[in-house]
Amino acid sequence: MKSIEDLKKIREATLEAVCPREGNAVRVVVGMATCGIAAGARPVLAACEDEVGKRGLSNVTVTQTGCIGVCRLEPIVEVYVPGEEKVTYVKMTEEKARRVVGEHIAGRRIVTELTIGAAE
Amino acid sequence: MEPVKPHTHDETVTSLNNTDFYKHQLRVALRNCGVINPESIDEYIAFDGYSALARALTEQTPAEIVEIVLKSGLRGRGGAGFPTGRKWQFAADAQNDVKYVACNADEGDPGAFMDRSVLEGDPHSVIEAMVIAGYAVGAHQGYIYVRAEYPIAVERLNIAIRQAKEYGFLGDNIFGTGFAFDLEIRLGAGAFVCGEETALITSIEGNRGEPRPRPPFPAVKGLFGKPTLLNNVETYANIPWILQNGWEKFAAIGTEKSKGTKIFALGGKIRNTGLVEVPIGTTLRTVVEEVGGGCPGGKKFKAAQTGGPSGGCIPAAHIDIPIDYESLSSIGSMMGSGGLIIMDEDNCMVDIARYFLDFTVDESCGKCTPCRIGTKRLCQLLDKITGGSGTMEDVELLEELCAHISNNSLCALGQTAPNPVLSTLRYFRDEYEAHVIDKKCPAGVCKGLLQYGINDKCTGCTACVRVCPTGAISGKVKEKHVIDPAKCIKCNACMEKCRFNAIVKG
Repeated sequence: MKSIEDLKKIREATLEAVCPREGNAVRVVVGMATCGIAAGARPVLAACEDEVGKRGLSNVTVTQTGCIGVCRLEPIVEVYVPGEEKVTYVKMTEEKARRVVGEHIAGRRIVTELTIGAAE
Repeated sequence: MEPVKPHTHDETVTSLNNTDFYKHQLRVALRNCGVINPESIDEYIAFDGYSALARALTEQTPAEIVEIVLKSGLRGRGGAGFPTGRKWQFAADAQNDVKYVACNADEGDPGAFMDRSVLEGDPHSVIEAMVIAGYAVGAHQGYIYVRAEYPIAVERLNIAIRQAKEYGFLGDNIFGTGFAFDLEIRLGAGAFVCGEETALITSIEGNRGEPRPRPPFPAVKGLFGKPTLLNNVETYANIPWILQNGWEKFAAIGTEKSKGTKIFALGGKIRNTGLVEVPIGTTLRTVVEEVGGGCPGGKKFKAAQTGGPSGGCIPAAHIDIPIDYESLSSIGSMMGSGGLIIMDEDNCMVDIARYFLDFTVDESCGKCTPCRIGTKRLCQLLDKITGGSGTMEDVELLEELCAHISNNSLCALGQTAPNPVLSTLRYFRDEYEAHVIDKKCPAGVCKGLLQYGINDKCTGCTACVRVCPTGAISGKVKEKHVIDPAKCIKCNACMEKCRFNAIVKG
């Protein structure tokens, strides 16, 4: 890393994956701070990755992230689709995660009853 | 105060961004937390990471950076609120061949997890800020002091430091400017006193974590006797944002004397426990009722505790107070590092004070007498009052002892240890009097003052008899039962079991 130009190159190369702005790219993040992991986020993350792989979905990035903030509703999975408001799924389990991958990511239908607004 | 409106769930809200919890928040220090992968330096860079460092090293002088931090109005987020820019100025002005930069990640307040979340969610923001700080004050070595109880934070910091070295953001000749800076982690063993800056420095040096008198302040004589800039995790996390967006934009957030945002770990009797970041100056009411969603079960909000064992309580009467450094100290509380514990009508304030004193007794390092012995005596007096044998003389003695401990302790741990007692005495004196004079705990918490009884709603179902572990309950089937106070251990099992609300305590 020698210059601001080098930094810009990395920025541009990564930005599309982190923050998809167009096309079919979808980003799925799982809250994996201490709070999320304690609530069972590890198997949820593994289930998301596994289900995406099984279905052979391309253009989908599944990754961990830090504390999303709503510790009460962990484990949390958020889905970013270009041009749409992110969707927050709460109190996730492996089964729910597989369902979200199937219905929301593959089928593009939000699983409303698993989202934050439907909690409790 | 009116009971908070019950939460109604709304299936049209599918995104966290549209919830009441999130609407009042503003994420500056937590800008990347919960968004990027903390183990990917590329993702940090994609969100403008390390661009502030690049610009600082290639286009700005150290003096210009100190000036920007000064003008931003950023104050120390560890709790005391000292202007960060002035600290940087002192460290920059200190004349020495070797200087250090250190990060205080020894987060010890019960229930607080702001720093942990920043380190776990966005470790590069702290690393970037520390390199910038090194350049600004003329240091080439940094230390992050983090407690070993935060294994995930430590792991992600280690990954982040390794990546930063690979990319050349740490090491020699950063961005080809000839500036060199290296960073190491030091693990703390979890002593609360090591969050105090002089004790932290002593601990990094490899000695037992005990404070020493100030002055000299660390900026003049710190780590290994050299000038040391020591800031909190959250303070550092704000720095790259300020340099990227300009001090004007940061200074536009907050109040006249307290700029920017503050992260709070919201806990206790609150519906939405979690991690929140709000502009400084947001009222406590907004945080409790809107962000937090009020107390669960429609219970009445009684007080908020800030600043942990060093802080105080904000009673419901002051719920409209803006949360900033000056306003909170004016009512005998403090901003603190960000623990915000909500209490409802079921919390006994004397018991809360006793809880915090119990904590400081454990955590006092023992170096100075006022703290070592004073906190122990305070705790004994509180035990006596909550146990039912307290007198009004004990309450007076409490106040006298508080003043002695505050005025004579060596470090902030002792100086602030009486705060939970002083602030509960100030706002909830009636509860102390109820314990001492009426021998009653109004909230029904202090076991020594509780009496369990059975009222006329009793149907004689015998459920309580079967659950009572000491055989204290007797009575004929289908007739009203009685509790023998001599046998009752106040375990509350009967109350939980009874379906007729026939068990009463008071």
